[in-house]
Amino acid sequence: MGETASPVPVIQVEDIRKTYGHHAALKKVTFRAEAGESIVIFGPNGAGKTTLIKIIATIIRPTAGKVLVNGLDPETDAEAIRRRIGVITHQTFLYGNLTAYENLVFYARLYDVADAETRIREMAEVVGLSTRLEDRVATFSRGMQQRLSIARALLHRPTILLLDEPETGLDQQAITILREAMKLEAGVRRTILMTTHNMERGLEMSDRLLILTRGTICHDCSTAELDVPALREIYETHTGVSA
Amino acid sequence: MEQNVFRKYWLAVLGVVLILVALWMVFLYVPTVTQDGHPFAQRIFYFHVPVDWVAFLSFFIVFIASIAYLRTRDRKWDNIAHSSAELGIIFTSLMLLTGMIWARPAWGVYWVWDPRLTTALVLWFIYVAYLLVRSYAGEEVRGARFAAVLGIVGFIDVPIVALAIVLWRTQHPAPLVFEGGLDGKMMATLMVSLAAFTCLFASLLRVRFSLRKAEYLLRSIEQE
Amino acid sequence: MSTLGKALAITRKDILSEARSKEIVFSALIFAILVIIIFNFAFGADQTSMTLVAPGILWVTFTFAGVLSLNRSFVAEKEENCLEGLMIAPMPREVIYIGKGLGSLLFMVVIEIIALPIFTVLFNVSALSLPVIVITLLATIGFAAVGTLFSALAVNTKARDMVLPILFLPVVVPVIISAVKATSLALTGSGWSDLGSWLAILGAFDVIFMVVSFWVFPFIVEE
Repeated sequence: MGETASPVPVIQVEDIRKTYGHHAALKKVTFRAEAGESIVIFGPNGAGKTTLIKIIATIIRPTAGKVLVNGLDPETDAEAIRRRIGVITHQTFLYGNLTAYENLVFYARLYDVADAETRIREMAEVVGLSTRLEDRVATFSRGMQQRLSIARALLHRPTILLLDEPETGLDQQAITILREAMKLEAGVRRTILMTTHNMERGLEMSDRLLILTRGTICHDCSTAELDVPALREIYETHTGVSA
Repeated sequence: MEQNVFRKYWLAVLGVVLILVALWMVFLYVPTVTQDGHPFAQRIFYFHVPVDWVAFLSFFIVFIASIAYLRTRDRKWDNIAHSSAELGIIFTSLMLLTGMIWARPAWGVYWVWDPRLTTALVLWFIYVAYLLVRSYAGEEVRGARFAAVLGIVGFIDVPIVALAIVLWRTQHPAPLVFEGGLDGKMMATLMVSLAAFTCLFASLLRVRFSLRKAEYLLRSIEQE
Repeated sequence: MSTLGKALAITRKDILSEARSKEIVFSALIFAILVIIIFNFAFGADQTSMTLVAPGILWVTFTFAGVLSLNRSFVAEKEENCLEGLMIAPMPREVIYIGKGLGSLLFMVVIEIIALPIFTVLFNVSALSLPVIVITLLATIGFAAVGTLFSALAVNTKARDMVLPILFLPVVVPVIISAVKATSLALTGSGWSDLGSWLAILGAFDVIFMVVSFWVFPFIVEE
């Protein structure tokens, strides 16, 4: 599943607006993500980070504005978009009553994963749960559940990863796995969009950062030259909130 | 300035005029009918039927406005649906009440399982659920969405409910709230009363709509 | 995999989960049997009165047991936000409705299959006939069609256990009336032609509400 880098940006968000009644969760958000880019989004609570992720994941529809994923419009090609996207949040999307294996088989079916059997074992290996496949997820520790969630998200070989505050509830092992998993898939660098409160991790894992405050992006720069104190300063300047 | 005043109130004025005319017709103009039950109480028929019609009209408006809201997400439609549903419940309650007021002198009991009354009763519950869902949903916009769904499903249910109840009742005949034909004077009275209540409904809807619009505005200012 | 295949995958998942916990079927079944027994005490003395009230009691039982099992339908998707997991999957939203609906239908039918013979014995009526089975199936489809939609709605509200009955019961009044009347006719040995109009209402309700719920379901799950 190798997609050569194309001039079309992988994620394109233009003047996105999302209102719930009187409250505008997102006011006017515009940015692009090129293939293979790793972008981290910082912002205080209520800034609209989760809303933005959900819109790109096609869970929510924007009130106004345009979203294009790989050049596809969610209004017409939602399914094609969803095939390419893997989502990891602090909620695992896993069914406690079912075994790890059954959970993965379920998602393999929903995503039409061709070599389901092999792929499941492969992913279980990657996240270190090969021995626990036949156990009910309810018996797993939180860290194990999160690792299984990573396996679930990567099962269908998505080229785009959306992560909403992924480090909450992850143990060290899971974080290492996640960092590895975020990188390569069959020779193609995944495009990654991640929201987080953890500045250190965020800087580590990304090429570029955005700061989202009160529904708009107020800062967009490369993370190459930045360290945590510098970031903290920028953050405080823009949001008026200490990180 | 005077133009504006006229435009604002013409509907209400028309409604009041028609109601006065209807009242006169119902109590003084139309002859007494000795057909069923208490002759004087029978006159409530001229309120009962129009109120029933208006209730149906209001739920039809809820239906259309609900579809429009889901399509456009424009709060104006939600406003219309919500206001119309509130009025619809009031008019349905009036219909049930007038039915009971009629039934008591006519047949000695407060409630008869007459098809139209029973259907109205079921409708009452459906639209009360419509209003309840808005507060149970927690968030205003979600409540509006859920209510719109209910507004659509509820209205589509209406003919099926009516059909089932009518079929049920034909197997167990009970006193019917209305039967028989209408002569000229009765028909005229009914028509005027119908027009009166429809005007009343329309002007009330308008008022409720503006009131709610002002509430939205107030709340959005508060939240800024 | 086709969209139907994915819907069935959801149904299979629900059956698997239920087979493990036995939460839904067990509690609704115990409830149903208890209700039948209590009604037996409440109405019970002679055979003629029992035959008269039997259809009503049967359907009150099935309705409330149905509400209990429908209530649980989307609760499992609330934990760990699994519903969102379903929404990011490459399939139309309606697939969720079909999958969950078939699951609920199956659970209710299982409860009915077990409760019906018990009912037959306690009330001394011939409820295990083909007409009664057909009526029950048609009515349960109606319950599942409407109940799945409202269950998805109710799970997103506070007081979620109260909300489902308030929405569900008025809307399924035609189903209840038709089922009771038809069952009553069937128990007294009437032929298919007498049942005709009631079955027609049940069938029409099923078709209309499957279509309407199918169309309207995405609006419930999508913000």
